[in-house]
Amino acid sequence: MKKRGLAIPYIIWMAIFVVSPLIIVIIYAFTNETGQFSLEHFQGMGLYSGVFGTSFFLAFVATAFCLLIGYPLAYVLSRESPNVRKISLILIMLPMWMNFLLRTYAWMSILESNGFLNRFLVFIGLPPLHIINTEAAVVIGMIYNFLPFMVLPIYSVIIKIDHKVIEAAQDLGANSIVVFRRIIFPLSLPGVLSGITMVFIPSVSTFVISKLLGGGMTLLLGDLIETQFLGNTYNPHLGSAISLVMMAIVMICMAVMHRFGEGEEEAVLL
Amino acid sequence: MKKRLFAIGITVCMVFLLAFASGCGKGSEKVVNVYNWGEYIDESVLKLFEKRTGIHVNYNTFETNESMYAALKNGGSNYDVIFPSDYMISRMIAENMLQPIDYQNIPNASKINLKDFNVQSALSYDPDGAYSVPYAWGTVGIIYNTKTVKNPVTSWGGLFDASNKGQILMFNNARDGIGIALKYLGYSLNTINKEEIKKATDLLIDQKQKGLVQAYVMDQIFEKMIGGEAAIGPYYAGDALTMIQENPDLAFCYPKEGTNLFVDAMCIPKNADNKENAGAFINFMCDPEIMVMNAKATGYAVPSRAAYELLDPEEQNSKLIYPDASVLKNCEIYKNLPQDVNAFYDSEWSRLTMAKSGS
Amino acid sequence: MRKHRVGSRLFIGLIALFLYAPIVVLIVFSFNATKSRTLWAGFSFEWYIKLFQDSRIMSACTTTLLVAVLATLIAMVVGTATAIGFSSMKKRPRSFFLLLNNIPLINADIITGVSLMLLFVFMGTALAGFGRIINHMVGTSTGFHVQLGFLTLLLAHITFDIPYVILSITPKLRQLDKNLFEAAQDLGAPPWQSFWKVVLPEIRPGIFNGMLIAFTMSIDDFVISYFTAGSGVSTLAMEIYSMTRKRISPEINAISTLLFLIVLLLLIIINIRQVRQDKTNARPDTMLSAIDTTEEDSAPYPTMNA
Repeated sequence: MKKRGLAIPYIIWMAIFVVSPLIIVIIYAFTNETGQFSLEHFQGMGLYSGVFGTSFFLAFVATAFCLLIGYPLAYVLSRESPNVRKISLILIMLPMWMNFLLRTYAWMSILESNGFLNRFLVFIGLPPLHIINTEAAVVIGMIYNFLPFMVLPIYSVIIKIDHKVIEAAQDLGANSIVVFRRIIFPLSLPGVLSGITMVFIPSVSTFVISKLLGGGMTLLLGDLIETQFLGNTYNPHLGSAISLVMMAIVMICMAVMHRFGEGEEEAVLL
Repeated sequence: MKKRLFAIGITVCMVFLLAFASGCGKGSEKVVNVYNWGEYIDESVLKLFEKRTGIHVNYNTFETNESMYAALKNGGSNYDVIFPSDYMISRMIAENMLQPIDYQNIPNASKINLKDFNVQSALSYDPDGAYSVPYAWGTVGIIYNTKTVKNPVTSWGGLFDASNKGQILMFNNARDGIGIALKYLGYSLNTINKEEIKKATDLLIDQKQKGLVQAYVMDQIFEKMIGGEAAIGPYYAGDALTMIQENPDLAFCYPKEGTNLFVDAMCIPKNADNKENAGAFINFMCDPEIMVMNAKATGYAVPSRAAYELLDPEEQNSKLIYPDASVLKNCEIYKNLPQDVNAFYDSEWSRLTMAKSGS
Repeated sequence: MRKHRVGSRLFIGLIALFLYAPIVVLIVFSFNATKSRTLWAGFSFEWYIKLFQDSRIMSACTTTLLVAVLATLIAMVVGTATAIGFSSMKKRPRSFFLLLNNIPLINADIITGVSLMLLFVFMGTALAGFGRIINHMVGTSTGFHVQLGFLTLLLAHITFDIPYVILSITPKLRQLDKNLFEAAQDLGAPPWQSFWKVVLPEIRPGIFNGMLIAFTMSIDDFVISYFTAGSGVSTLAMEIYSMTRKRISPEINAISTLLFLIVLLLLIIINIRQVRQDKTNARPDTMLSAIDTTEEDSAPYPTMNA
């Protein structure tokens, strides 16, 4: 077949718009303002270790919550009738049609000290909560925005599990806990891994959510990078260096997770 | 093999053609790209300008001088008219980012004179106006909610008062934010003594760690003060007036330690595509009637006697917009700082933003 | 068993409440009589009327839709061709290119945005230099430069849209019986025709699915647009962002409500049509059968062990 040529335009496209931008970022990171090779931006990175810590911690918390909510949801959905399934999936996708900035902004109205949540709490006789402009608000924003990215991949994997395998296990005397632990969970791991990736990366790099819901009180990596390019402290070289370090740490985390995940999968299957 | 070469050729051509087209395609339509502060214009003025001149206005807004500077420095975005403040203008002149203004295109500029308001000292950023035409001027003060702030507010100390815990808003940019602490400590806004800047930052960090600050904001202050979410914060006097109009519980004060006087002016960046349209736009904005429309919408002071005469008496007599000489005497204008002090400001500001807030 | 059902429905309901609370707030307050976004002051259509007179919001809306439609169409054509091209490659180059294809999906939006911005600016300077040489040689004074604007915005959107299309077509191609295509050719059909008549019908759900996701991503994107659109154009998301710095006008609530309702309506119509089609025809292949589900994988997610 001579259809390989069809891929050539896009391969060139990737070279121009996917690979070379990353090379430019690398070049920026390793040069200084005068264009000379320099490691100064990496050496100064220690100053921002706090930001790295906060960002990774908050992203971790948000991912954990998304998994805790998203996995059961995907599992429960997969056991519903096709019609309920279809409607639920559409319901999960649908919010994305309202711009995410606007939805996040609406959370401000809900979480504020005079917001809907507190008015409701006071109405039923509970003390109001202080959530807005804290890290908790940022995490809520992350969970809200990225939960669908956890549910959909897990769901699409669980739904494909062959029911006969489960029946076989049940016939062999496994109760539902054992079936879940030994069959469903291991088989759904690829979905879980891909969900974690799809939630963790946008969480660790967001700058909009922390700006809107964090009130400028929590500085995340995304904010730090944004302010180097279009914000208050212009320094694209430093911004590139921070981006690179962030990418590197994320890649290491993902690699470790996959190694761990795959090992687990095989162990259980054996 | 031939096919493959053909495909490569086509893709490369397409990319370049598209890129090329974007550069040329714009010339056919008359446009002016304007980059202004948020909430800093009466938007109907833009429509009026389009109607009168047939020039289409692409209007974008920025939040701080520094982010405007970053967007320009980045390259890629070509603005024809920008509205930086005093110190940023001198920085941009020094970095050769602005082009001299051709006053022949701007006859209305003759009506602009800051001397009429005793604030000509402010003009040190561009003494003979070679690069900039003043748009508005004003001062910074404290806006507070009389219902929720218990202690009387007369000083910057109100922003560090523990009785306002969790209700305080602060500026979200280094120069204004650290500037307040400098003034409160009795230093100059333009100090180049790093020890003083550090002390000021420490004060702000302490304020944050004690849980006094609710949020660091720029224009979000409108919503938070009007809606009663926050009780006290520093902001520009003109905007304070807008907020007081929407929420009568709010009041404004000039801190006794003195404050910042600023002038925002219209400039044309070096790489502007539409110089003539930029001139036409600036000229239009200098028309006294247009100045009055903008002044009424934004609440800032006009830099023109002719426009001032057209204002309502209550606006002319507002001590908030046109403060007394005694207040003005106490005001300082930001000056452009040496490169290393600017960098020090950046790293000190990062230190503040990274500090954990207490509760 | 019954109790179990109730419990799981309750759980789904709670999640739906979490997902839709802000949307309800937005829609309700698009009908508010004042600008407040927390205090209800009475019912009014004021913001809907104002919306249609606001040229900035309307033009941002046009830009958003135009970019999304163009990017989706281009991504569909390029993505389909590429997926077919990839499928006929040997395993090693294919998995290498699929890995590259995953980069825009896995990479943080902010890095994609920033790096594309740097690229466009770099191309701009390079082209300007190139233009100067040409002008010098030919003696003209044509302007050569890339400035951030509609074009760069479109290029960026195409770049992050194509991977979704490829990822949703690839599994369909894998299921495709390769002999089918060859059989068609043996029977004398020219390659183009055998593609059109044999391959395309098989992968159509994948294409639709990819387009739907690409379009959704384009509409929802803010971060990449923010860095690549520059001065001349702004999308709805950018307009909203510049408003979050002060006060969001309820006009934005109004336009979002309208867009939301249009999508809802479309989905309902498609669904009804599909239910009817299911009754007459055993093979559903509209857009939503792609989101669904019971069928084999068409997961548009980068799975790393692929």
